[in-house]
Amino acid sequence: MIGADAVVKCLEKEGVTTLFGYPGVAICPFFNSILNTKIESILVRSEQNAAHAASGYARVSGKAGVCVATSGPGATNLITGIATAYADSIPLICITGQVDSNLLGSDVFQEADITGAAESFVKYSYLVKDVSDIPRIMKEAFHIAQTGRKGPVLIDIPIDIQNKTIQNFRYPESVNLRTYKPTVKGHAVQLKKVSKELGRAKKPLICAGGGVILSGAQKELCDFSHKYKIPVVSTMMGISAMSSSDPLYYGMIGNNGRSCANKAMQESDLLIVIGARIADRAVSSPDLVAKDTVLIHIDVDPAEIGKNVGPTIPIVGDIKHIFNDLAKDTVQCNFKIWTDTLDRYRNAEKPRKKPHKGYVDPALFVTTLSNRLNDRAVYVADVGQNQMWSCMYYVAKSGRFLTSGGMGTMGYSIPAAIGAKMADKRLQVVAVCGDGSFQMSMNELATMAENKTDVKVIVFNNGYLGLVREYQHNTYNKKYSMVDLGSYPDLSKIAEAYSMPYLRLSDNKDMEKAIDDLLATKGSAIMECIIDPMDTVK
Amino acid sequence: MVRVIQLIVDNTSGVLSRISGLFSRRGYNIESITAGITADPRYTRITIVTSGDENILEQIEKQVGKLIDVRDIRVLEPAESVYRELVLIKVKVGEDKRQALVTVCDVFRAKIIDITTDSMIIELTGTQSKINAFIEMLSDYEILEIARTGIAGLRRGSEGVVNLND
Repeated sequence: MIGADAVVKCLEKEGVTTLFGYPGVAICPFFNSILNTKIESILVRSEQNAAHAASGYARVSGKAGVCVATSGPGATNLITGIATAYADSIPLICITGQVDSNLLGSDVFQEADITGAAESFVKYSYLVKDVSDIPRIMKEAFHIAQTGRKGPVLIDIPIDIQNKTIQNFRYPESVNLRTYKPTVKGHAVQLKKVSKELGRAKKPLICAGGGVILSGAQKELCDFSHKYKIPVVSTMMGISAMSSSDPLYYGMIGNNGRSCANKAMQESDLLIVIGARIADRAVSSPDLVAKDTVLIHIDVDPAEIGKNVGPTIPIVGDIKHIFNDLAKDTVQCNFKIWTDTLDRYRNAEKPRKKPHKGYVDPALFVTTLSNRLNDRAVYVADVGQNQMWSCMYYVAKSGRFLTSGGMGTMGYSIPAAIGAKMADKRLQVVAVCGDGSFQMSMNELATMAENKTDVKVIVFNNGYLGLVREYQHNTYNKKYSMVDLGSYPDLSKIAEAYSMPYLRLSDNKDMEKAIDDLLATKGSAIMECIIDPMDTVK
Repeated sequence: MVRVIQLIVDNTSGVLSRISGLFSRRGYNIESITAGITADPRYTRITIVTSGDENILEQIEKQVGKLIDVRDIRVLEPAESVYRELVLIKVKVGEDKRQALVTVCDVFRAKIIDITTDSMIIELTGTQSKINAFIEMLSDYEILEIARTGIAGLRRGSEGVVNLND
């Protein structure tokens, strides 16, 4: 058995069934070893998309996604994908080939210091220097990626180490990391304070972030909210933590959030932030929140607490555990006046202004599409105006809403949708992108076509990099620069090139039928929605 | 506010770069950083002198504490700790002023470790304020070079790295 065989064996031991990759000489021993296994190895069309696909896979499967690339440019191409996963705390195992360990540091062909270059975007990284370390490193890597605040772990393996014989392969049963022991259970004294503050509060509010979903605590969140009738708002990453039809859910907060959700944030006297960073896009001025509000901040990462807003009561631990512990206590409280107020705010929200005739209303489209999807469908939103429309008008049922929230990486949706579909082939998966973000990863249509991956791709085409255009409209007095995408490519021909059915929608009146036709298509398909070039998010 | 932070880290390759990288990318100050092996060879002690307001110092502790290689993080409070720094100073000095300089060195218990016809190298160990005062005293001389090691520190009492639980 050689090092490459050992890596593959470790992946099998971890239950990995699918990985995403792109070869090169320095990773060839690994891709040779993978031939002897049942692990499905998906060849993508660029390394960045291997990482995004692994991210989509991880978010749907709940396990670390695996992506594999070669040394040098293969490895550096991974970085954007790794950084995207890091910003959203998505567990990834990134394996890169490296030049011969004796040549390290001498700038030979396709050498890049990838552990150094990716340092600030990984939870941890390894440069394997001894073949006998492989089992321990692989075990540790999966443990680190999937516990505590999840994130990507990089393993860089020189080609000679992959080829070296390994004696007595044994996969460790457990990890022995003296320095890494994430907190799981919340502190009992702190938990007691939650009940105490709930008993005292008049206007409590839960702000749910992506951590709720990462911890798999959607049900526990609902149970807790329902038990006391506490209203819930979410960050962008927290969308789909709670069903949109839940009367206690008031939508997304932030610059592009719902006004009733933002009003709830401002007026609440007890804000329970769960698994969220409270970053700049969610709250314009984080300092404002805590002035006379009692703030409880629950997060698995102690460094998030107090980073952006000063917390009154910090609780560090796994959210699911904390909810389970909180459920043991019962407090007498009644927040009917508060929820009635919020209901009034919700009912008073003004509908969005209608776009011009001959174009699709993206808001209506997102609502109609998400209503017509299966309950458990996965909706992957890209980045740009399409993302804003998606997160504002998406109707959450019991499915998943995936997007690049922290990094805002264009081109995320198509590869992530491929990964999501691979993680559970029974799920209905749609990728919604703009014409800009579509072109950043349309090469992956080939991956979809080759693997018969059933993903429906929807392109909001307005001929512009719309969100930047909108920003320039407001900030630079309508002086547009570098945002006009023109009229290429012809999407019908792109669809034809990849043998995919193509649908075009340019009028709201045809919307329902077109969506039904799209969803009824066998296999992948592309739908182009013609959006008013001057349409805006707000 | 200045704070001395002591880290006990796994003695792995790249650990110093992970820590200094974290400081630079998050914009934290490093006034000095020293690293060396501890009584337990599995661990390295890193002593960092940093500064910032209370919020930043708290974030520094949390972010550094998150690094997987970091086994233990302590603030070395001045009242409960001892700090020392070593400095080597090369001074241009001829025979005429040599005796006067030796007298200053004696007062500070500094050692003269090298001497030529027109220069001397002086070694001094002490707290940063003592070293600063000594350098101040040398302002009448032409200082050719200063090499400071940065602070090494330990907490008082019997606690040690060998007491760290596995």
